[in-house]
Amino acid sequence: MKAVVSVIGRDKVGIIAEVSNFLSSLDVNIEDISQTVMQDYFAMIMLIETEGAKVSLSELARLGKEKGEHIGVTVTVQHEDIFNAMHKI
Amino acid sequence: MLTNYEILETIEMITHEHLDVRTVTVGISLLDCIGSTTEETAKKVYEKVTRRAEKLVPVCRKMEAEYGIPIVNKRVSVTPVSMIMNGKGEEGVIIAKALDRAAEELGIDFVGGYSALVHKGMSESEKAFINTIPEALSVTNKVCSSVNIGSTKAGLNVDAVKLCGEVIKRASEMTKDRESIACAKFVVFCNAVEDNPFMAGAFHGVGEGDSVINVGVSGPGVVKQALSRLGKDADFSEVAETIKKTAFKITRVGQLIAREASKRLGIEFGIVDLSLAPTPVIGDSVAHILEEMGLERVGGCGTTAALALLNDAVKKGGVMASSSVGGLSGAFIPVSEDIGMIDGVRSGSLTIEKLEAMTAVCSVGLDMIAISGDTSAETISALILDEAAIGMVNSKTTAVRVIPVCGKKAGDNVEFGGLLGRAPIIDLNQSSPKVFVERGGRIPAPMQSLKN
Repeated sequence: MKAVVSVIGRDKVGIIAEVSNFLSSLDVNIEDISQTVMQDYFAMIMLIETEGAKVSLSELARLGKEKGEHIGVTVTVQHEDIFNAMHKI
Repeated sequence: MLTNYEILETIEMITHEHLDVRTVTVGISLLDCIGSTTEETAKKVYEKVTRRAEKLVPVCRKMEAEYGIPIVNKRVSVTPVSMIMNGKGEEGVIIAKALDRAAEELGIDFVGGYSALVHKGMSESEKAFINTIPEALSVTNKVCSSVNIGSTKAGLNVDAVKLCGEVIKRASEMTKDRESIACAKFVVFCNAVEDNPFMAGAFHGVGEGDSVINVGVSGPGVVKQALSRLGKDADFSEVAETIKKTAFKITRVGQLIAREASKRLGIEFGIVDLSLAPTPVIGDSVAHILEEMGLERVGGCGTTAALALLNDAVKKGGVMASSSVGGLSGAFIPVSEDIGMIDGVRSGSLTIEKLEAMTAVCSVGLDMIAISGDTSAETISALILDEAAIGMVNSKTTAVRVIPVCGKKAGDNVEFGGLLGRAPIIDLNQSSPKVFVERGGRIPAPMQSLKN
């Protein structure tokens, strides 16, 4: 199942590295990634595949939130269907 | 492929604009629970409700985590309890207690359906049942109750309305040490709908199947922000288009959750109710949408037109987003649950008369309005009749949920807490409708009922 990871917060060194390491430690594959910095604010969106991951999606969402708090950014992990439902007809 | 803008828009709606799924409600038929004694019925009711909705809370929690969207309430609605009383309506409280225990056991927020449908007439058992409502609501925590006293097809049952006025007074008295909170769990309907997932008026209609999932979405904050981004120069067609697009997106989330919940619980999907339901939190107000359209304060001239536009655009946007739309679907205007409405009443801009006019163009009625504790039963009954007449003539649902707060007078404040919010006591016209209400009988159905 595919999910969307969003990382939003004040820019600083090492955010991408921290988040990518976190995901790879759980055997989560990153399929797409885009990232911008707007007026000091960092926004990164990743499309991930959770098939074969060490944890369930709901557990990944909880761990992601914790990881975000640790780095000092907001990390959300959500099933991609909520975005598809809202934006695709 | 989704764009970054789309993803960030969804996240913004959830994190900053209070987009949520207000409720996943499982409707459960109790028609197969009738036993030879009320105790036996109560046992069967408890067993069926706890069995059918067993996984509701864990499944909703899991969906919240996976989709990253809050599901604020998990609820159960049941067949109107008066129908399973087997002629012993006076013993209703036994069933109410069983429902309350089931709700505790399941960890759900509310169970609705301690109800009676008496729009055309009342049996002795139904009358006795309605008389148990004050006690049922004061000895339980999670049970909600409703009575349907009229319809476009049948007219208004004034005897039942008179009884409901007395029921509201007694419910207020019995919970006078808790700000008369029992009245917040009781609603009087005209043209009640059978698949409404929202409380206090949810019940599982007799035309429904054995069990069904109904989902209520919310999101006034999202609509308000969308209008705010639109700016002050946009004309009304642009305003309506913006609301439609936003309602579409909100409803799609409801549809997704409804479909998933149905699959995971193994219960048939019923409807998505696309109502804009406010909460007392700042940024989650229907009144603020109306003000965003350009009104200085809700209640002023223009309010009814603004609400009519909002209500219609929400429906138009939502209808295409779901395979099955039902329930009340529109905009809710509860006073105590909406910070903008509270401010409107407090400033004197929003009066009961204006609220009544607003209910002619939106989805429900006089909702969560705190009135003086010394208001007479017949004044409350007459208020219900006014509101029901609007519903009857316009072939729409109207409801009255007023709380005469013991010991409080117009201008005082009352705090209900949680989603029920807080409210200033509103001023009511003091002239007596006693003779009018005491006539009893039935107000005949209007010409609109003769469509065949």
